[in-house]
Amino acid sequence: MKYVSEFRDKDLAKSVSAAIRREADPGRTYNFMEFCGGHTHAIFRYGVQDLMPDNVAYVHGPGCPVCVLPVRRLDDAVEIAERHNAILCTYGDMMRVPGTKQRSLIRAKADGADIRMVYSTLDALKIARDNPDREVVFFAIGFETTTPPTAVAIKQAQKEDLTNFSVFCNHVLTPPAIAHILQSLDVQDLGTVEIDGFLGPSHVSSVIGSKPYEPAAEIFGKPVVIAGFEPLDVMQSTLMLIRQINEGRFEVENEYTRVVTRDGNLKAQALVAEVFNVRDAFEWRGLGTVAKSALKIRKTFAAFDAERRFEITPKQSREVKSCECPAILRGVKKPTDCKLFGTVCTPDTPMGSCMVSSEGACAAYWTYGRFRTKAARPQKEAAA
Amino acid sequence: MNIQDPKLSARTGSIDMAHGGGGRATAELIADLFQHHLTNPILDQGNDAALLPPAAGRLVMSTDGHVISPIFFPGGDIGSLAVHGTLNDVAMAGAEPLYLTAGFILEEGFPLADLERIVISMARAAETAGVPIVTGDTKVVEKGKGDGVFITTTGLGVVPDGVHVSVERAKPGQAILLSGNIGDHGVAILSKRENLEFETEIRSDSAALHTLVAGMISAAPGITVLRDPTRGGLAATLNEIARTAKVGIHLEENAIPIKPDVKAACELLGLDPLYVANEGKLVCFCEPGDADAVLAAMQAHPLGRDAALIGTVTEDDAHLVEMETEIGGVRVVDWLAGEQLPRIC
Repeated sequence: MKYVSEFRDKDLAKSVSAAIRREADPGRTYNFMEFCGGHTHAIFRYGVQDLMPDNVAYVHGPGCPVCVLPVRRLDDAVEIAERHNAILCTYGDMMRVPGTKQRSLIRAKADGADIRMVYSTLDALKIARDNPDREVVFFAIGFETTTPPTAVAIKQAQKEDLTNFSVFCNHVLTPPAIAHILQSLDVQDLGTVEIDGFLGPSHVSSVIGSKPYEPAAEIFGKPVVIAGFEPLDVMQSTLMLIRQINEGRFEVENEYTRVVTRDGNLKAQALVAEVFNVRDAFEWRGLGTVAKSALKIRKTFAAFDAERRFEITPKQSREVKSCECPAILRGVKKPTDCKLFGTVCTPDTPMGSCMVSSEGACAAYWTYGRFRTKAARPQKEAAA
Repeated sequence: MNIQDPKLSARTGSIDMAHGGGGRATAELIADLFQHHLTNPILDQGNDAALLPPAAGRLVMSTDGHVISPIFFPGGDIGSLAVHGTLNDVAMAGAEPLYLTAGFILEEGFPLADLERIVISMARAAETAGVPIVTGDTKVVEKGKGDGVFITTTGLGVVPDGVHVSVERAKPGQAILLSGNIGDHGVAILSKRENLEFETEIRSDSAALHTLVAGMISAAPGITVLRDPTRGGLAATLNEIARTAKVGIHLEENAIPIKPDVKAACELLGLDPLYVANEGKLVCFCEPGDADAVLAAMQAHPLGRDAALIGTVTEDDAHLVEMETEIGGVRVVDWLAGEQLPRIC
């Protein structure tokens, strides 16, 4: 397949793997955080770790839109659907995430709430047009990639005077999250997370460009390589990070040049700036409250803001006790460190968000996990 | 003045409760639509039960309920699917299918023209396969209590002497063959789903596989396992086999045939083709010494032209399906959790 199969070529993968083994200094370790769940997915789906030497490891970051949404916002969405009798439109990945008392959207739907899975914001607009007597709310989540389509939907609703349509906005921003991780106690003081560099987001960067990562690379002295989501992109970017470290550089480099530019998509950025502004702070699952890390709908579009339109009651939301999603999202723990992992928590019965989305670290570990294969399992001792 | 009930009008009419009431409307529906198109000497006996001649060998029987949205899709419809699906279940026992039955659950208001189109499609599929539909049943449910039409078919077949195809015969060392490209059916259906419509030339692979099976069995009567990877795709089928036969499975991703447009559609939607449904493919396990002969027999049949050797059976206490990926890494191919959902970003 044009432009995809080339980035999964076995022989090329072998030669990049050989270059990494040749150039990685055996006297040290290289720990790279892949920020995006898309990278986490690619690493496990294609077994990229198998092609790396032992001293090169990936630390899985928080870039999974479903995973970082705090339980309270999910409970709020359920409330909008149930108490305000609105049609709640959501992306499919969100359906199975457990809320407080493990109440997910799919559970609320079974109990009678009108929750519909959509593939794009345009589907939600269509539902609003088709149901003029009902309130229709789009449950907007995601990083900079999914924000422009939400902006388009709001502008379109305004143009059509769709007064029954609104957006429950949970869009978050990548660069503040990266800076937050780098200045966290885990990285700076406790040393519980070692990060030598970042695989930078691919789709997100197609919108915002590579420039927004430059301050973090400079201030914290960590190289960033913007990487595509194909396995060879991940491997080539890993090699580029190793070279930067070996040469003492900490720059923002771009491996994903076929899509990403330094300035990004200016048209999309302008559209987002027109419809949204930055919140003072937003709660992230795992990272806690992060300053200036999320977007809210501007006052000029207040009529389309579900948070202004519906009364949402303050609530005591709770995650499942002993679920390690928060620590896993910070890179402090691996999925296999969680005692729920693979016992009570599997993709069939997820206890935390990281086990739901295909971009979540727990789901990727469990679904594709090399650790389960015969070669990786501790073998029983042969009978004497 | 004509005081008779109006005749069944396939062009303008629709199903009403009277068609399921057991009265004249039911009889007319059966005679003018079902019997008219599905006619064969056994069905035409007109009894509640079909009387069949003695069969020459061990019998196999399988039943399958068909519910699908949309009812008509590129490459088939619920009617042809209901025939192919059950014929294939019978064929996966290594059997020659002999007879089919069909049970219809119709929703009040379902257009008769659509029903006729479905029945004609079933008749054509059964005739092409050489297997008659020998008895059937029709029920009507109130509007809102069904999804247009549900069809349950049952198939009866006979297994040739010396053939013993059964999942527990999968043993380490055996070869795993696949009859062709995966994912065509699932992607064709998705492309026509409401709110996900996209332009594609991809057609369902819905087809009856029993003549392909017959050719394979005559090439190697010792074939151990046959399965058609329908719902849940190749991944679900292989996991079922691994768990039941208490073996492991090793696959080579680069050996698994997939059409480029199916692969592209899956990429776009964030789906893994290993989990996408097929309706005209089979996987076959056989001793390594038989693999070449079986593969040649498959490739000689129009439905097995793209057949390939995709992996081997291994010893593994955890009964995992593992795969060497395109780039040469290793991953587990797990059961699917819930439904495959398109990704967010």
